[in-house]
Amino acid sequence: MATSRIQSAVAGLQEWFNYRAAAFGPVYRKHMSEYWAPKNFNIWYYFGSLALLVLVNQIVTGIFLTMHFKPSAADFAPGISQAFASVELTIMRDVEWGWLIRYMHSTGASAFFIVVYLHMFRGLLYGSAQKPRELVWLLGMLIYLVLMAEAFMGYVLPWGQMSFWGAKVIISLFGAIPMVGDSLVEWIMGDYLPADATLNRFFALHVIALPLVLLLLVVLHLAALHEVGSNNPEGIDIKKKKDANGKPLDGIAFHPYYTVKDLFGVGFFLTICAFVLFFEPTFGGWFLEHDNFVAANKLVTPEHIKPVWYYTPYYAMLRVVPDKLLGVLTMFGAIAILFLVPWLDRSPVKSYRYRGWISKVALALFALSFVWLGKIGAGPGTDPVETIIGRVLTFIYFAFFITMPLWTKSDSTKPVPERVPAHD
Amino acid sequence: MIKNAMTKLGLSLAVALTSIAPAALANSEGGKMPSANTRPDNIASVQRGAKLFFNYCVGCHSLQFVRYSRLADDLGLTEDQVMQNLNFTGAKFGDTVVSSMPAADAATWFGKAPPDLSLEGRSKGPDWVYNYLKSFYIDHSRPLGWNNAVFPGASMPNVLWEMQGSQHAAFEPKQKKQEKCSGTPAEGCNNGQREIEVCAPGRTEIDGKCLVHLEVETAGTQNAQQFDETVRDVTAFLQYAAEPAALQRQKLGAWVVLYLAFFTFLAWLLKKEYWKDVH
Repeated sequence: MATSRIQSAVAGLQEWFNYRAAAFGPVYRKHMSEYWAPKNFNIWYYFGSLALLVLVNQIVTGIFLTMHFKPSAADFAPGISQAFASVELTIMRDVEWGWLIRYMHSTGASAFFIVVYLHMFRGLLYGSAQKPRELVWLLGMLIYLVLMAEAFMGYVLPWGQMSFWGAKVIISLFGAIPMVGDSLVEWIMGDYLPADATLNRFFALHVIALPLVLLLLVVLHLAALHEVGSNNPEGIDIKKKKDANGKPLDGIAFHPYYTVKDLFGVGFFLTICAFVLFFEPTFGGWFLEHDNFVAANKLVTPEHIKPVWYYTPYYAMLRVVPDKLLGVLTMFGAIAILFLVPWLDRSPVKSYRYRGWISKVALALFALSFVWLGKIGAGPGTDPVETIIGRVLTFIYFAFFITMPLWTKSDSTKPVPERVPAHD
Repeated sequence: MIKNAMTKLGLSLAVALTSIAPAALANSEGGKMPSANTRPDNIASVQRGAKLFFNYCVGCHSLQFVRYSRLADDLGLTEDQVMQNLNFTGAKFGDTVVSSMPAADAATWFGKAPPDLSLEGRSKGPDWVYNYLKSFYIDHSRPLGWNNAVFPGASMPNVLWEMQGSQHAAFEPKQKKQEKCSGTPAEGCNNGQREIEVCAPGRTEIDGKCLVHLEVETAGTQNAQQFDETVRDVTAFLQYAAEPAALQRQKLGAWVVLYLAFFTFLAWLLKKEYWKDVH
């Protein structure tokens, strides 16, 4: 019989493999076929696996881009650097499918931040940072931090006007540090302005150093998660109710249940990405900015220097604070304070579903402040009314975290059931 | 049910992302100007634009990222057609389009070297290019006698004047207006009010005057409508030149999106099948 032959062949291969790599089986079971995930994940739980997908996309497309990109600020033609020409002539025109690879990489960068922001918001929504998942949150925040550095350096590489001036503005922020500021700026750039040396080191950091750190952190993030298990929209600890074999009653195997579910999410997500990539790759100047289609020129300052959309909430904070050093501290403080969430959240329940109205209003206000700040940061920043609104929003942003221990503790809660109720 | 509110929010976010996009797109473009109405997939228009570009523009402007051979491929022209009708500098077929004007001389003649136009259709956008080319007017205070309403102080003269004719600008003085302010009378702020001079909404300020409209005084070889078409062709060519891949990506995109939508449907069926035993 053909079937039994195939079966015995597969069994033989398995035996051969198990004999030589006995440790693989338990690892596979721990992370896939016997990783018990709560059965009630909703749409917010797609973004973790999507972030992993985008990371793979960035690495694969990035490898192909490095084959053609030239990290050199030297002239290709008068006023046009080799870096800019290697992107806009070689990759976008001369290399077969180069435009597709580049758009996959540039759309991927923005998609990365979209899914990461939604992933982080999910954490706030369902109290995922609470005990015992503090490490998962901290590692996730480190990923976010490295991702911002990675994206910033990647943005500088095409050496367009916004690459150059964005780099100049962001690096000069370090100049606000007392005593060492100016020398630090010079040390980072390797020159008095963003120049060839800057471009070269950013290339090295963007394609080798930071991706390695990012991959390591992602592995640790997942390892830490699988140690304690996933949270869920109800915030119920599914490990409290187990069957005779030690399997949580409300848990299901990650593979195949969530692998097929995530596959559906991947399809949906890729459809949206493909739509952007093929029909509106610049996304109206949000993903690829108009000014970055102009080669870097150190003698011409663009009218509005602004970072890409995913940094604009922090950039808005920097601008609305009148003092430079204070502005820089506010900006970095806004990111640093996110690390503290596991200890700021004192609520006895995890999910917002069982929290009172104060928590819901606070979270909504926080989300509003972040998005609105993003809008202000993307604008020209000349409207004085907007500056005042920006200050109020910055205040709300920080107040959300600083007062979190108070309102999470005093807010009313509903009793959390022991078992996961009906789910979708 | 309220506890599913966030699930719904998540779903609607996904939908909103796709539907808000067009509104957000317009946001970053800056001021409104009449649309160029170009269609880069209209090859005939791009071809006419190419001819115009190589007759009127390439004397000063390069297209460092456009190869003659690529032009032939994309515009459906033969090597001979391109080399005889578009190449006036003796460049090779595989070379990029480099203006014959030395950059140093150009800087002396015009005050600054004419920019490379390879990506102009993307950095400034087709609407800007279209309106810019239509907005030259006679201004004797400028070194070359021309100014531009879209880009005041432009160094470039109106190279298309033979077709358009020469335009003159009608100006009106600025209007006085009261504005709220904070500051001392020494700073010009009295009782929280200050008088300022501004142009009426929608009117561009050029050299302290407000532009009312542009008018053709001496007719050219084309009427207004014909000239619009001429400028539209040049714009379509520059739009094509800024992203030749646009022709490919839109053709391919429809199939990719269709395929992915079908894949998503299959994945959904697969998920439903597996999840039967969970429910």
